[in-house]
Amino acid sequence: MSPTPLVILAVVTPAVAASLIWVFRDWANTRDAISLTFGVALLSMVLTLYPQVADGLRLSSNFGEMLPGLEIAFVVEPLGMLFALVSSSLWIVTTVYSIGYMRYQKDAHQGRFFMFFALSISAAIGIAFAGNLFTLFIAYEALTLATYPLVAHYGTDAARRGARVYLGLLLSTSIGCLLVAIIATWSLAGTLEFIPGGILAGKVEPWAASLLLVLYVFGIGKAAVMPFHRWLPSAMVAPAPVSALLHAVAVVKAGVFTLLKVMVYVFGIDFLADIGAREWLMYVAGATVLLASLVALREDNLKARLAYSTISQLSYIVLGALLASSLGIIGGTMHIATHAFGKITLFFCAGAIYAASGEIDISRMRGIGRRMPFTMAAFFMASLSIIGLPPFGGLWSKWYLALGTLDTDQYVLLAVLLISTLLNIAYLIPIPLRAFFCPPEDVPEGGMREAPALSVIALSVTALGCFVLFLFPGPLYRLAAMLVAP
Amino acid sequence: MISAHLPALQIIVPLISAPLCAILPSGRIAWLFATMVSWLALAMAAMLLIEVTANGPIDYEMGGWAAPWGIALYVDRLGALVLVIVTGIGALVSPAFYHSISRELRPDRQPLFYTAYLLALTGMLGIAITGDAFNLYVFLEIASLASYTLVALGSDRRALTAAFQYLILGTIGATFILIGIGLLYMMTGTLNMADLASRLPALWDSRPVRAAFAFIIVGAGLKFALFPLHWWLPNAYTYAPSVVSAFLAGTATKIGVLILLRFVYGVFGVTFSFAVMPLGEILTVLALITILFGSLAAIFQDDLKRMLAYSSVAQVGYITLGIAIGNLNGLLAGLVHLFNHAAMKGALFLALAAIFYRIGAVDMASIRGLGRRMPYTMAAFVLAGASLVGLPLTVGFISKWYLILAAVETGQWTVVAVVVFSSLLALIYILKVIEAAYFQPSPDGVVERGEAPLTILAPLGLLAFACLYFGIDTGLTVGVAKIAALGLLGGYL
Repeated sequence: MSPTPLVILAVVTPAVAASLIWVFRDWANTRDAISLTFGVALLSMVLTLYPQVADGLRLSSNFGEMLPGLEIAFVVEPLGMLFALVSSSLWIVTTVYSIGYMRYQKDAHQGRFFMFFALSISAAIGIAFAGNLFTLFIAYEALTLATYPLVAHYGTDAARRGARVYLGLLLSTSIGCLLVAIIATWSLAGTLEFIPGGILAGKVEPWAASLLLVLYVFGIGKAAVMPFHRWLPSAMVAPAPVSALLHAVAVVKAGVFTLLKVMVYVFGIDFLADIGAREWLMYVAGATVLLASLVALREDNLKARLAYSTISQLSYIVLGALLASSLGIIGGTMHIATHAFGKITLFFCAGAIYAASGEIDISRMRGIGRRMPFTMAAFFMASLSIIGLPPFGGLWSKWYLALGTLDTDQYVLLAVLLISTLLNIAYLIPIPLRAFFCPPEDVPEGGMREAPALSVIALSVTALGCFVLFLFPGPLYRLAAMLVAP
Repeated sequence: MISAHLPALQIIVPLISAPLCAILPSGRIAWLFATMVSWLALAMAAMLLIEVTANGPIDYEMGGWAAPWGIALYVDRLGALVLVIVTGIGALVSPAFYHSISRELRPDRQPLFYTAYLLALTGMLGIAITGDAFNLYVFLEIASLASYTLVALGSDRRALTAAFQYLILGTIGATFILIGIGLLYMMTGTLNMADLASRLPALWDSRPVRAAFAFIIVGAGLKFALFPLHWWLPNAYTYAPSVVSAFLAGTATKIGVLILLRFVYGVFGVTFSFAVMPLGEILTVLALITILFGSLAAIFQDDLKRMLAYSSVAQVGYITLGIAIGNLNGLLAGLVHLFNHAAMKGALFLALAAIFYRIGAVDMASIRGLGRRMPYTMAAFVLAGASLVGLPLTVGFISKWYLILAAVETGQWTVVAVVVFSSLLALIYILKVIEAAYFQPSPDGVVERGEAPLTILAPLGLLAFACLYFGIDTGLTVGVAKIAALGLLGGYL
C-alpha cells in the first residue's frame, strides 16, 4: 500500500467546495462556478489515481486513530475507484443540469442546495475510498445526513413528511442493524480492515455468520432491499437534480457498493458461499426485483415509477453480490456504473419534462416528444440501456449477472432476471412511444418547447454515456475483474 | 508547595467564596466573582487530573491528622474525571448566568443565586474528592440543599412545587444513604472508605451489611433518577431557571452515579456487588426500563426543557447500563458517557437558555423558524442533538459504540436492541425540533436575525464544539475513562 495525500484530498475537496459555496451563497455566478471548478478538480484527482489503481496498486491516506485500534483511513481499491469515477464524473454533469434547473425554477434556497449537494459528494467519495468498515460507516451516515436537507428542500408538508421517512428508515436500519453488525464483526474478528478474502472466515460460528449476513443486507438500507425500500419513493419529493444524482447514483449506489464491499472484503466470496442465510436472502433480492418492477408498472407518477425501477435494479446488484461467484460480482460491479448512467438520464428527463411543461403524470405525457424531442430521445436511449439492449452499456452488466446465475445453477434467479427484463420493457418503453406517436390531448401545437438548455445538454451527455459504455466497457470490466482475481 | 494542598483547595475555594458572594453588593460583581471561582476550580481540577493520571491516586489528610481520626481526602482517576466534568460544566455555564439570571431573577436575589450555585459546586466537588463515607453524606446534603434552592428560583410559580418535590425525594435519598452508612459504621466501626473496604469482606454474610448495601443503592438511585425513582427530575429541570438546568443536567445526576461507583467498586467491591448480591441483573433491568421510559416520554413533550429532562433520564440510564454490564467496555462506556452526556446536555440546555432569553418560551410552536433567526444557537442545538442520537463523529457515537460492544461481548442482545431502539426515539424528538426550526416559518412572521448575547453564545459554542471534537479525537476522554475503569476493576481483571 502506498500512501498519498491525494486520496484524502479527493474526499475533502467537495467539502471545501461546500464551505466556499456557503460563503458565496448570495453571488449566484461565483457560487455555481465554484461547484463546477471543484467538480472538475475532483474528477481530475480521481483520474490521476486511476492508472495506478488499474495497475493493482492500493493507494492510501491515513487520517488518524479515532478509537483505540480503529482508524479513519482511506484506501483506494478497484471497487471504490469505480464508484468514485461514476460519482465524480456525474457530479459535474448534474451540476450543469442543476444550474439550469434551479435557476429556471427561481429557487430561493440555492445556496443551501448546492452546499449540501457538495457535502453529499464528499460523503460519497468518503464511502468509495473508505479504508475500513469503521470509516465507511461514518461516511455512510454522513451521506444520509447531508442529503436530508436536500430531500426536505421545498419545505412543504409533503417534503417534510417524505424527508422524515427518508431519514427515519435510513438511520434506523443503519443504527439498528448495520452498526450492530459492525460492532459484532469488530468483537469477533478483532479488525475492521478490508482484506481480500475476508476477515470473518474461521472466526465465527455458522449461525453467527448467517445472522451477520442478514444484519448487513438489511442494515445497508441504502441498497433498498424490500421491506426497507420505502425511503426511496419518499425521497422523490426532492428537486429533480437530487433525485437524479443522489437517488439514482450516489446514495443508492453507496448502498449496493457497501454491500459488495462487505461481501468481497469482510465475508470473502468463498466464506460467503457457505453461509446458510445466503440462499434465502438471494430470493428476497429476487422478490424485490420482481415486486418493485410490478409496482413500477402501476405507478402513473413518472418519478415514482423510476424510483421503483431503481429499487428493482438495485436488487440486481444485491443478487450479484450474494451469488458468491466471480461472474456475479463482476456483473454487480459493472451494473453500478451502467445503471447509474441510464437512471440518471431518466431522472434528468423527468425533471426536464416537469420544468418545461409542469407534467408529472405519465398519462398526461402523450405527444410530448414533439415538443421535447431531445429529452424524449435521451429517455428512449436510457430506457434501452436499463432494459439491457444493445447498443447500450446496460447489456454488459446484465450479461455477466445472467452468466453468474448460470454459473451457480440458480435457474430460478435467471428466470427472475429475464422476467424482470420483460417488465422493464413494459414499464419504460410505452413512455417514449406515447410521447412520440400519440397525438397530444389538449395542449395546443406550438413547435419545440424544451427544458433549459443546460439541462438538455446534461441529459444528452449522460444518454451518450450509456452508448459509450457499450463501446468501451473495458476499463469497467478490468476494475470489476480485479476484485475477484486471486 | 501549594500544589500539594490542591485537594483541600479544590473544596475550600468555592466553599469560602459562597458566603462572600452573598455580601457582594450587586449581581454583576457576584457574577464576575463566581465565574472567576468556577474557572479557578476548573484549573485546579485539571491539575489534579494530570497529577493522578501521571502518579496515581492522592491521599490527603486534612490538617495533617491521620486517616481514621482526621478527615481524609482521596483523589483517584475516577474522582479527578468527575471533578473535571463538574468544574468544566460550571466554568462553561457560569458566563451564561449573567444575562439569563438578570432576566429571570429579581436584582436583590441575584447575589444569593451565586451563593447557592457555589455551594452546590462545593458539595459536588466534595463528594468526588472525599475518602470518608460520612463526609460524603455531608457534602451530598450541601449539594442537594443548594440545588433545591437553585430550582426554587425559577420564575414560574410551579418552580416552587418542583423544588418541594425535589426536596422531599432528595431528602429521602440522602436519608437512605445515611442509614446505609450508619449500618456500615455499626458493623465495622469505621467511616473511612479504604478501611470499610478492607473490613467488609469478612462481613459479607451479615444482614445489616446487606441492608446497608440496599439502602445505599436505592439512595444513590434516587439521586441519579433511576426508574422508578426519577419523578423529581423532569419537573425540577423544567421549572428551574434555564441556566440552572444546564448546570444541573451536566452535574447533579453524574454525582449520583459517582456515589454508586464509589460504594459499589470502592467500598463493597465487585465480588460482593455483582456475585454475592444480584446488582448487575437488577441494575440492567432498571436501566433498560429507564432508557425506554425516558426516551418515550421525551417524544410526547411539547415543552423543550421537559423533553430534554426526560432525555436526561434516559441518558443517565445509559451510564447505569454500562456500569450494570460490568465488564471493562461497559464501565468504559459508562464513564465516557459521564463526560459526553455532560457536554451535550450542557449544550442543549444552554441553547434553550439562549432561546428563552430571546423568545421568552421554549415550546414547539414558538421555536418555528428559529433556524434563520438564531442560526448559531440552532446549529449548536442540532450538533448536540445529533450527539444525543449517537450519530458518528459526535461524542454520543463513542459512548454508544462501547455500550453496544460491551453488550455484544456479553451476548445480551436485548440490551443491544433497547440501546438501538432508544437512539431512534432520540432521533424522533430531535428531528421534531429540527423540522420546526428549519422547515417551518416563524409564527409571527419575524425573520430578522436576533442572536443571544455572547456570554451565552460563547459557552454554548464551546460545549457544542466539545460534542464534535471529542467525538473525533477520543484520545483524552476514552483514555482517561479507560484508566479510571481499569482502576475501578482493579485486581478483578
